[in-house]
Amino acid sequence: MNMIQAINSALDVMMARDPDVIVMGEDVGYFGGVFRATAGLQAKHGKTRVFDTPITECGIVGVAVGMGAYGLRPVPEIQFADYIYPALDQLVSEAARLRYRSAGEFIAPMTIRSPYGGGIFGGQTHSQSPEGIFTHVSGVKTVIPATPYDAKGLLIAAIEDNDPTIFFEPKRIYNGPFNGHWDRPAENWSKHPGGEVPEGYYKVPLGKANIARSGEALTIICYGTMVHVCQKVVEEAGVDAEIIDLRTLVPLDIDTIEESVKKTGRCMIVHEATRTSGFGAELSALVQERCFYHLEAPIERVTGFDTPYPHSLEWAYFPGPVRIGQALKKIMKD
Amino acid sequence: MASESPRANLKPLSLHVPEPKFRPGDAVDFTAVDIPAAGAARRPDTADEAKEFIDLAYSMVRVLDENNRAVGPWDPKLTPDTLRKMLRNMALVRAFDERMFRAQRQGKTSFYMKSLGEEAVSIGAAAALAADDMVFPSYRQQGVLISRGCPLEDMMNQIYSNSGDKLQGKQLPIMYSERRYSFFSISGNLTTQYPQAVGWAMASASKGDTRIAATWCGEGSTAEGDFHSALTFATVYRAPVIFNVVNNQWAISSFSGFAGAEATTFAARAVGYGIAGLRVDGNDALAVYAATEWAAERARTNQGPTLIEHFTYRAEGHSTSDDPSQYRSAGEPTAWPLGDPVMRLKNHLIALGEWDEERHAAQDLELAEMVKAAQKEAEKNGILGHGLHQPLDTLFDGVFEEMPWHLREQQAQMMAEEEASGRPWARKK
Ligand SMILES: Cc1ncc(C[n+]2csc(CCOP(=O)(O)OP(=O)(O)O)c2C)c(N)n1
Repeated sequence: MNMIQAINSALDVMMARDPDVIVMGEDVGYFGGVFRATAGLQAKHGKTRVFDTPITECGIVGVAVGMGAYGLRPVPEIQFADYIYPALDQLVSEAARLRYRSAGEFIAPMTIRSPYGGGIFGGQTHSQSPEGIFTHVSGVKTVIPATPYDAKGLLIAAIEDNDPTIFFEPKRIYNGPFNGHWDRPAENWSKHPGGEVPEGYYKVPLGKANIARSGEALTIICYGTMVHVCQKVVEEAGVDAEIIDLRTLVPLDIDTIEESVKKTGRCMIVHEATRTSGFGAELSALVQERCFYHLEAPIERVTGFDTPYPHSLEWAYFPGPVRIGQALKKIMKD
Repeated sequence: MASESPRANLKPLSLHVPEPKFRPGDAVDFTAVDIPAAGAARRPDTADEAKEFIDLAYSMVRVLDENNRAVGPWDPKLTPDTLRKMLRNMALVRAFDERMFRAQRQGKTSFYMKSLGEEAVSIGAAAALAADDMVFPSYRQQGVLISRGCPLEDMMNQIYSNSGDKLQGKQLPIMYSERRYSFFSISGNLTTQYPQAVGWAMASASKGDTRIAATWCGEGSTAEGDFHSALTFATVYRAPVIFNVVNNQWAISSFSGFAGAEATTFAARAVGYGIAGLRVDGNDALAVYAATEWAAERARTNQGPTLIEHFTYRAEGHSTSDDPSQYRSAGEPTAWPLGDPVMRLKNHLIALGEWDEERHAAQDLELAEMVKAAQKEAEKNGILGHGLHQPLDTLFDGVFEEMPWHLREQQAQMMAEEEASGRPWARKK
């Protein structure tokens, strides 16, 4: 399965298991979503459980809060992560705090799905990686899969979870892993072990990172599309790096990070989002706090730039093999 | 649980989810669409209070009748020259769209959006507005730019993100920004331009200016919170602004029912805010012109905002990334009861004896050649995908007025990356 099919399968499995699971969003119903992640679900589960909404992101999330309070498990889709900002107030002030402010009387168990990230010539408004904003909000979980297998297992876990969860889908790898070389032919999930996805129900727990590659020379912390780019770069550079795919940013698997950095003595953090106040800053601070006496080189951060995502220069923005490779050289120097 | 309910004898509630009339494979029958006769709608004085003509938010202003005559109180009585100019601009938009759509299919750019079937909406409005009235468009008002004389080549440069693109390849194709033509920078986030237009209009009023603002969004986009925030501000401060809702029946795959069309009209959104609301035949260039002229006069005489619903039909896909055959009947565009706006204006001019088929065919040819020539020129500046056209260091321009240290550091890093890569990408001189 590719990642879109895996997500579709997770939704299908959960809708069949639990009548309270509701899928809604712009174009998700009859049409099955602009990326077709919800294709066929309306025909199978009915149009009161899978339906199109008005184009108002604050409305979508606000309605989902009410549905969650009633006892449903809405899985709203925000068509692109770039359009989540109109919903920010409903998310930050309402969904994230409902349990706290009502002392557990009401909860907002929703899973907000949204494609994120660049590399598809999406311009400024179809390319951003806003995950850092949500990791800053108390009361929201943030999940980002890197393979179809994880996407299905994590989505099922998120839907069953009683907290509001943001589930960001790396759209660059919807159809196949991406090695960062934008001028080489695209790959296909069918040849990748993560593309082997069981038909039925299974969970990948939230808050547990995946060691995508084990190694001794340094630790690379990344997630989403960047997991595959880092694997390629490490392979090409012939460096014995350990690559940690975080899977969830909140809750974070700090133990796996700490154990790995203490073993290797070097730490590099890679993400596609802008650098300043990005999630890499938090990771870097955490590693410094916990592993300082084990570090043999300064922590390296490889990220997108602090500019909007430029349309025609998007490959210059993207943290590709050259940027990662240079950081790799620098961190391995002494 | 249900059996314990004190209302156990009531039937369970059911949820209504709207469904469009026709889906792929269905035969189309639009006889249920209510289309009042041309000339039937009354024309209030522009000084009248909005509550005096609420009926106009529910009926439809139409000028061109089925015999191609301009009839009734809304006939703007335009000169043949103005009519010919509008016809030419509409045909030019169509030719431009056709060419750029093909350019996208040829891989020369990543994206394009046509306005096929909706040309009267932007051309009619642009003809009635002053050239320096500020427009806050959505992505289907290229007709305003064309009406205002923006060189086609400049528009194409933007679409190609090439070295002639003054937006430095920073925006998605068709997200123009043309201050020269009082055309505000287009956003990809729907309806954000609505409150911006109101703010601009309020500023113009507070400065004692005489310019007004106009903005456009689709009927689907009226559901955004920004739309409602904008109307509230506009009514409170009586902002000199024209709100245009382009009801082209579809928002990507969602029919207008998902924005509330089953219950009322989009023009009626104005009623609750105490704003003047007009519903207009959007495929009738004369009706669009007349409504805009009327709304502009209201705005300019401090009568405040007007909301105009343009009842029209999107005859092509939403964008080059869309396949409308997946969600609607293929018969819809040709069965649309309001016809083709270009043909209707053409036939009107012919009926007046001011135009003929030969001249029209010759004009179409001339416009196609003109667009082709502009394309040839634009492609000399490059097309998307053939290398990088902007100097690499422009990537950091415009984040702030002055570049702070962290951006300068990152820029230097990018340059070093370039040295290492050996790619021949240009630098700023
Ligand atoms: C805030 C926001 N949400 C979603 C989108 C994705 N999107 C782009 S166009 C569109 C449909 C708009 O339909 P409508 O307002 O009817 O305008 P039309 O395209 O028909 O002219 C959608 C959902 C977006 N660009 N911005």
